[in-house]
Amino acid sequence: MKTWLKILAVALLIYTVIAGFLFYVPRLNIVNETIRALYFHVPMWFGMVVLFLLSTIHSIRYLKNPSFERDTYAVEYANTGLVLGLLGIFTGMIWANYTWGSPWHGDPKQNGAAIALLVYLAYFVLRGSVENEDQRARLSAVYNIFAFAAMIPLIFVIPRMTSSMHPGSGGNPGFNMYDLDSNMRLVFYPAVAGWILLGVWIASLRIRTRLLNEKLLNLENE
Amino acid sequence: MNKIYLIALLLLCPLFLHAQQPIEMADTMRSEGKIYVVVAILLVILIGLIGYLIMLDRKITRIEKKLSEKTD
Repeated sequence: MKTWLKILAVALLIYTVIAGFLFYVPRLNIVNETIRALYFHVPMWFGMVVLFLLSTIHSIRYLKNPSFERDTYAVEYANTGLVLGLLGIFTGMIWANYTWGSPWHGDPKQNGAAIALLVYLAYFVLRGSVENEDQRARLSAVYNIFAFAAMIPLIFVIPRMTSSMHPGSGGNPGFNMYDLDSNMRLVFYPAVAGWILLGVWIASLRIRTRLLNEKLLNLENE
Repeated sequence: MNKIYLIALLLLCPLFLHAQQPIEMADTMRSEGKIYVVVAILLVILIGLIGYLIMLDRKITRIEKKLSEKTD
């Protein structure tokens, strides 16, 4: 990851914390001041989707042309994406407790997100259960593509076909959740970019550590 | 005719009343300036964690260099 992207990530996140608490937000019933959680809860999901997408791309590249690097990229992007997803679900539960009345409401988007996370957890279970390295990489690459294909309808399609309490779901699937008002967009988009970049940064460190470990093992075997 | 308007106005009354009820936000906290305490605490945690991440990044770079020197 390029250094300027890391600097950008830091700048965007610092801006998010300052602007996220100090800038104007619309006064709405029920959510009240908790509307500011949007700047932190939603970017977790954006980050997760981007990292899973990167993971899938590397899985496809692996199947085209197998290499240890590509498998490593796929695994670590998925790993970091899963962490962001878990943070997304926990922050969502806290928020739901105060606005919907209970942490788990059976909201279609909430259920879909939980199933998507379980699908991705199974990816790691699969990896852990195959001994042979090449087989593990190939099988999990195929599964990873399936997992991404399953996540998209679970999070983006099904919640919009029924009524969901998440904004932007049920009825008009357009970006009406960002009816926000331009004031909130001013913080929301930089927040999304900042959290995505932080996720990619952390993933890049995990990738480098894994590659280092592999290099070291190769040295020992020589 | 006037009666109908009057009735309509009366029926709409609760709506107006509802709209006039102020929506609670953390206004007191803001006016007392305590929101800056929250921002300051979060900034310290964020900058601290990022600093830690940068140190980890550098450490990995150092090990990468060491290893590539060894293999050359």
